[in-house]
Amino acid sequence: MTVQQPGLAGHPAAVALAGRHRVRLWEPIPWILLLGFYFAFPRYLGFGTELLTTILFAISLDLALGYAGIVTLGHAAFFGAGAYTVGMLANHGIWNEPITSLILAAAMAAAIGLASGLVLLRTTGLTLLMLTLCTMALLEEAANLGSEYTGGFDGLANLPIPPLFGVFEFSPLFPTVQYLYCLAVLFLCFVFVRTLVYSPFGQSLTGVRENTLRMHAVGAPVNQRLVICYTISAALAGIAGGLWAQSNAYVNLSTLGLDRAATVLIILVLGGYGRLYGAFIGAVVYLALSHFLAKPYPTAWQLGLGLLLVLIALFARNGIIGLYDQLAARWRPRRAPP
Amino acid sequence: MSTPLLETRRLSINFGALAATRNVDFRLQAGARHALIGPNGAGKTTLINLLTGVLKPTAGQVLFKGSDITAVKQADRVKLGIARTFQINRLFRGLSVLENVYIAVAERLGVAPSMLKPAGRRQEVVDEAMALLETLKLADDAAHRISELPYGRQRLVELAITLGLKPDVLLLDEPAAGVPSTESHIILDAVAALPREIGVLIIDHDMDLVFRFAQRITVLVGGAVFAEGTPKEIAANPDVRAVYLGQAGHG
Repeated sequence: MTVQQPGLAGHPAAVALAGRHRVRLWEPIPWILLLGFYFAFPRYLGFGTELLTTILFAISLDLALGYAGIVTLGHAAFFGAGAYTVGMLANHGIWNEPITSLILAAAMAAAIGLASGLVLLRTTGLTLLMLTLCTMALLEEAANLGSEYTGGFDGLANLPIPPLFGVFEFSPLFPTVQYLYCLAVLFLCFVFVRTLVYSPFGQSLTGVRENTLRMHAVGAPVNQRLVICYTISAALAGIAGGLWAQSNAYVNLSTLGLDRAATVLIILVLGGYGRLYGAFIGAVVYLALSHFLAKPYPTAWQLGLGLLLVLIALFARNGIIGLYDQLAARWRPRRAPP
Repeated sequence: MSTPLLETRRLSINFGALAATRNVDFRLQAGARHALIGPNGAGKTTLINLLTGVLKPTAGQVLFKGSDITAVKQADRVKLGIARTFQINRLFRGLSVLENVYIAVAERLGVAPSMLKPAGRRQEVVDEAMALLETLKLADDAAHRISELPYGRQRLVELAITLGLKPDVLLLDEPAAGVPSTESHIILDAVAALPREIGVLIIDHDMDLVFRFAQRITVLVGGAVFAEGTPKEIAANPDVRAVYLGQAGHG
């Protein structure tokens, strides 16, 4: 829908800004591929489900880190909060309907994000990094010690997850339902995040990332914006954790640990942050590498990943998407300056 | 005399043992073209930081249109109508010129917290930002990233962002600093063309600019007001010539 308007509204910059949120031609491709995966690799749907929850988790981090510039090393706190919410409610027979459980997982993660964000986001940089890490460590230890409710070190297994809409059964051996369910939830969350980042709110988050001092000087309530963003990001991470728990029918301390928090950060750096689709590319590359390298080199596969990260850090400023941008800029004929 | 737009009463701030601002009584009238001059380290930028709420004074008051705003936070002072530019550019470097101004206009119009409608579809914000760029002759650069612009153009964007806030008081901290003299006239023209009703306080070392622009000049030395008057009075004041103008090798 383009209306050619006379005067300033027809200025190329205004047109570009007005069309920035439009769906690009290539944007359906990742979704077609993810749907195609379902039909092409029915034996790998377990892997696929893991991939989908990881993508959603990485998108939630991208919103906080890539768009608002919130540096965190404790994002698994919210993934774990979501996973344990689903796990504990189901295990103790309180509530287990899949979709409402996910909403509860999001609410719990959002509550933790809001409470911790109000305190943590007054700090920046290394202090913030350490405090997010500490928050996660506290939650992890709480999950470890409260074994009566959380199953402690062993976690909670064989969660009774009822069929989706009362019809579609979750099968641990053939996770077809899980895969499609995760894909649908991922899509809805993605549409939400995409809308958000192109909105004036998203624009102001980018402003905070680019220059916090200037944002203060244009009268923006910077801290409030960051807390809102962090809370939304936490809720999305909670949904990812909830999905993970439902798909696997168990929950354990791995959902809350530094391993998971660091992995999602690596995925985002690998794929490219602040770009939405970096989460997809990073997650695919990371999980594919760990899957295919771990088989022949069970002890040394991380070396390959490490080398790839070094290459990315040296030659691609913003991950694989950044590398693509650089190459595209080189091949595209340069526009003459006006 | 009418209530000044912006006023300070015995305003002081100490950084440890250093008294950076000492008992400053300062008034900026509505529609004023006021310059603040003084040697390096005189506390000019510190005074701006106190006026905008970046710094909290050790003692004294800041008043805006007669009401005490000493305890009002920076962002809220912007909402009241006090805006500033920075001595060193503070821009959203990765964003386009239009987006830079958009952010300021969106904040002022209260659009910024909205999460659903795409930013570019907020026609009122885009139109206002574009119109502002047009008046500053920046429209041709609107689609360019800040990092692609020469420094002089960046300084203009700095001004455009501030004007997007539609301030009553505009504090300009060396608007032409770092701009080659061949380009600085563009910025000076823009400053000269500011809406009449805005009260403007300008800090600058360029005496040609100051004496051409200002109707009133305050000289700050060692954090305290050393002299104040019309450009003629200041130029004729032998003490000012001794501490400042002479030192600058001017006049």
